[in-house]
Amino acid sequence: MRKKEIKTVVTFHVTADAIAFEKRCKELGIEGRLIPVPRVLSAGCGMAWASPLSEEERVRAIAEAGDIETEGIWQCEA
Amino acid sequence: MIYLDNAATSRRKPQEVIDAVVFAMTSLGNAGRGTTEAALDAARTIYGARDKIAGFFGVKNPKQVVFTANSTESLNIAIHGLIKPGDHVISSVMEHNSVLRPLYEREEAGAELTLIECDGKGRLLTDDIEKNIRDNTRAIVLTHGSNLTGNVNDIEAVGRIAKAHGLLFIVDASQTAGVLPIDVEKMNIDVLCFTGHKSLLGPQGTGGMCVREGLEIEPLKRGGSGVDTYNRHHPSEMPTALEAGTLNGHGIAGLSAAIDFIEKTGIDEIREKEQNLMKRFVEGVRDIPGVKLYGDFDAEVRCPVVALNIGNADSSEISDILSMDYDIATRPGAHCAPEMHESLGTVDQGAVRFSMSYFNTGEEIDAAIRAVREISEEFSEEN
Ligand SMILES: Cc1ncc(COP(=O)(O)O)c(C=O)c1O
Repeated sequence: MRKKEIKTVVTFHVTADAIAFEKRCKELGIEGRLIPVPRVLSAGCGMAWASPLSEEERVRAIAEAGDIETEGIWQCEA
Repeated sequence: MIYLDNAATSRRKPQEVIDAVVFAMTSLGNAGRGTTEAALDAARTIYGARDKIAGFFGVKNPKQVVFTANSTESLNIAIHGLIKPGDHVISSVMEHNSVLRPLYEREEAGAELTLIECDGKGRLLTDDIEKNIRDNTRAIVLTHGSNLTGNVNDIEAVGRIAKAHGLLFIVDASQTAGVLPIDVEKMNIDVLCFTGHKSLLGPQGTGGMCVREGLEIEPLKRGGSGVDTYNRHHPSEMPTALEAGTLNGHGIAGLSAAIDFIEKTGIDEIREKEQNLMKRFVEGVRDIPGVKLYGDFDAEVRCPVVALNIGNADSSEISDILSMDYDIATRPGAHCAPEMHESLGTVDQGAVRFSMSYFNTGEEIDAAIRAVREISEEFSEEN
């Protein structure tokens, strides 16, 4: 069976924000990747950023900095 | 990577297309801006492409071929420019958001809209079109092929209805141009909207529209035209009327080479190969327990697009597994087709869309079938 983990998932309104978010995470060495938005989270944009929960604090810090717009931050299986 | 997301964009382009873009980028000036050899080369390249596209879609006068950035722009020009408050429009639940959203905008501005429904297999209830015609019906806007189910509409039959009732007929050929033969005269199409980067195998940022001679469309954009500079109005002569601003000459050179490739290879040959790949895939997956297909797979013609789900699994998850574990590119979710998903009852789950191109191989299809089988087995164990 496929192992699913609870992850920190960030959703966005538009693709441009998702890509900017990925770029920032990579620059900061944050583990994670872009995934199709899980259906439990409906979102404006079809891609979401998913990181292990251990990265949640750093992921939140980027979102809270506010220069990259996010739609929401969630914890869900991904 | 096994790329099966050709309905989004064809990833593999003929080498001739790439060469044509590179050549254009190293040689062309700005078409219609002066008479230097570079500017004339650009103007000739673009005119050549216009002429080819006219021939390809049965348009008599190449000046009625307009270049745009994609179908979305063409559809916006056609819908916004032709449908006014008070007009009634008939369209369908099969449409892409590039048709629906411009229509909803017109509805908010005071136009009336009827969307024709589909049956359980996603087939348009074509008989409902005529029943819904009113005194103020101005146009039928219809997709040639659904980007979700791959189902194809009988454009010629609908064209006859439009003609019989004096309605404008606007067709979205995004999924069919380059694979299914289209003849605007025979099909009675007033405005044909196409995009260059899907089955036409051209570069992104190319597309256009074929407009029936004599039909005046109010432009969306006004600006530089290279002619009649001291007139405060944008020229009303086609094709310039709908082409304000510098055209994508580099891309259009590529699109022109793409049409050459399709004509050289033969549109029938291309379609047959794609249909065979699609049928091979459908035959391989349709009996896998838990797999549900969406669309009419008994139809004689359809686009090489196969949407499916595995049990109740989230299409995003399946597509991600295909990508991460099998390196197979598909598209999950809603595919910009909200009404079609409503109609199929897949709003929550979405669907995993596999779409083939001429450049896919039978081996790739077999690998995709194996992947679907393995994932299905895995998910049935889980449940
Ligand atoms: C049926 C249909 N119409 C319109 C479009 C819009 O095409 P484009 O994004 O090239 O404007 C697409 C593709 O996304 C489509 O599949």
